[in-house]
Amino acid sequence: MKKVDILMAGVGGQGTILASNILAEVGLELGYDVKKAEVHGMAQRGGTVESHVRWGEKVYSPVIEQGEVDILLGFEMLETGRWSSFLKKDSVVIINRYRIPPPAVNLGKARYPSEEEIESLIKSNAEKVLWVNATEIASELGNPAMVGVVLLGVLSKHLGGAEDAWLGVIERMVPPKFQELNKKAFLAGREVEVA
Amino acid sequence: MKKLMTGNEAIAYGAYLSGVRVGAAYPGTPSTEIMEHFSRFPGVHAEWSPNEKVAMDVGIGAAYAGTRALVSMKHVGVNVAADSLFYVSYTGLKGGLVLVSSDDPGMHSSQNEQDNRNYAKFAKLPMLEPSDSEEAKQFVGLALEISEAFDTPVMLRTVTRISHSSSPVELSAEEPPGAPPEPPLYERNAGKFVMVPANARRRHPVVEEKIKKLAEYAETLPINRIEPGDNTLGIVAAGSVYQYAREVFPEATFLKLGMVYPLPERLIREFASRVKTVIVIEELDPFFEEQIRLMGIEARGKDIFPMIGEFSPTLIRQCAAAAGLIKEAVVSSEAAATTPASVELPIRPPILCPGCGHRGLFHVLREAGVLVLGDIGCYTLGVAPPLSAMHTCGCMGASIGVAHGVAKAGVKDRVVAVIGDSTFFHAGIHPLINVLYNESNVTAIITDNSVTAMTGHQQHPGTGITLQKKKTVAVDLEKFVRSIGFAKVDVCDPYDLDGLAKVLEEHLSSSQPSVIVARRPCVLYTREKNTPPTVDPDACVNCGTCLELGCPPLMQAEDHVTIDPLLCNGCGLCIQVCPSEAISR
Repeated sequence: MKKVDILMAGVGGQGTILASNILAEVGLELGYDVKKAEVHGMAQRGGTVESHVRWGEKVYSPVIEQGEVDILLGFEMLETGRWSSFLKKDSVVIINRYRIPPPAVNLGKARYPSEEEIESLIKSNAEKVLWVNATEIASELGNPAMVGVVLLGVLSKHLGGAEDAWLGVIERMVPPKFQELNKKAFLAGREVEVA
Repeated sequence: MKKLMTGNEAIAYGAYLSGVRVGAAYPGTPSTEIMEHFSRFPGVHAEWSPNEKVAMDVGIGAAYAGTRALVSMKHVGVNVAADSLFYVSYTGLKGGLVLVSSDDPGMHSSQNEQDNRNYAKFAKLPMLEPSDSEEAKQFVGLALEISEAFDTPVMLRTVTRISHSSSPVELSAEEPPGAPPEPPLYERNAGKFVMVPANARRRHPVVEEKIKKLAEYAETLPINRIEPGDNTLGIVAAGSVYQYAREVFPEATFLKLGMVYPLPERLIREFASRVKTVIVIEELDPFFEEQIRLMGIEARGKDIFPMIGEFSPTLIRQCAAAAGLIKEAVVSSEAAATTPASVELPIRPPILCPGCGHRGLFHVLREAGVLVLGDIGCYTLGVAPPLSAMHTCGCMGASIGVAHGVAKAGVKDRVVAVIGDSTFFHAGIHPLINVLYNESNVTAIITDNSVTAMTGHQQHPGTGITLQKKKTVAVDLEKFVRSIGFAKVDVCDPYDLDGLAKVLEEHLSSSQPSVIVARRPCVLYTREKNTPPTVDPDACVNCGTCLELGCPPLMQAEDHVTIDPLLCNGCGLCIQVCPSEAISR
């Protein structure tokens, strides 16, 4: 049983916590030992957020070590770039093409890096970068808040594993009235052609 | 059957399984969810007390009455509850009493990173520290048994990475013990429970004896264990640090401590005799290291690992490599070497949400140029640029007392205290009484969003709803401050910038002490959203005035400002501040 270390990076309010909960439950379902770490509280108010999800035969630390990230799931471009030093050569980076400018950028006191700059930053450590318009897909389905579930769809395709296991967990974790829409978002993510 | 649980959820579950029937807490990151989870179990009383000291006394009362009780709080909450913690250490109790202290190394959401293991030594009581959720569940039960067997409160310490990390927990097939069939009589024993000096003098030797017995008990307690391995390095660790160290030193011999106070001296000696070098790895203070060295055992620790900040496997590996304990940490140096320095990533600090009422208040305070003595809550973010309108913030309830002191020092500045509604009920009442009693002309602004927002929207004495969702009396802020003697009291809506500015000016020019309640319920909680305004690019002169509100949807475009309708909550503050009337809806 190989280990899978997944880091999610985004901005408070983007729904990284629900996505990491689903991901952790799927790991347990697939028979892994699982640990998950995140931070609540002040950081959630529009600040940088990250969730660590670790699958393995035996997992000790809930936080992933630098250079051990297998998959970086980026909810926002800048926040994805911020974790580049945690990547290794064969890490896979799934990155949502979406910007939320931080306050200094809004005030014109800092510059938001370009897509090329973020890609080159990531590629200085990891070889594989997959761009996804996940917020756009979620918005088209009716709710940009489902961006995490779209990204999980992309991730699930990459990790392999039965579609049913994922859909079962989503059904369990999402309130009944949002279930169908979330399943749709997940399947839309699975169908994304990634470059 | 296993279920993924956070440490907080596991503590609540363990408490329920162990027959805890009374729980009390004040919300505080990273402890908050303990009492939220506990409150959902059948047949229990769980409450948000106004502050941690009240919560502690509630737990003590339940334990005196023979009922098992759980009290939880963040590390700095224990400072508030400390007076009670110290007396209950002397009196002991009847039913088991566990105090959970959730520490926050790295200060993810706190004003300091005090190491609350010191409280166990200071208050002379035992402390357990779990290293994952399964242990968190089990240690609560064990703590209650120890509490009753040794007639002492027991502390359970977690850190953020235990409280907010999830790992599998074995579900119990057994039901927890039921309530007693008949309400028992309270057993009266003044000699034990009334701490007048004569009684307290008799209790102190009992306490010292208790700690000695607990140290003996710790020698054979299975949660303190030697995990054999290569004998070159012997690692002493507890809690989350144990997990990190396990990854960095897979071959080493470990002493895994589940009871972090008092320490098992014979076990530590035996461990030390088995290994060449003893290495103590602990976050924050050298709590184990100092005690182990006092035993005359050679140990390394803080000469290798820092006293500051949160640990991680990465940090432990880097420190261990620098000290020559392991081979060089290859990955990190390679990563650092290949990160192009040319791409600068702007930081993203937490900020007030779009639609937050606090924003209107801090805009008005900044424009008025007053000195703002602040407090703890979402509104502490008023310190951040561009609002930059808070000048002190130390702990819960400090604002009003500090404002009074500054006023008494006779500064030229006009002085206001800013305190949230939940924080006011927590620790703001006494300093407000002091303003009247000792006569200063402080204006206290209660910035009332009608919920404990920062920790995730908990109820408080002003909301009229309990933790267990029952309707109850809502303490009326205006009536309350009038009843203690304030004559000048006004209620304002911080969305109305001109109205608020006018009232503020009136209060500041008055010589009497006064209170302004700036009331706007938290929009994250009410989910209220109004139509987002738009910017007319032709009318916008790009002066940047609206950007000075620091509201996330307002963004600098090419030669004008735009509003992201997805982020915008429609509060309309930007419409009010725009000097060119370029923003409308």
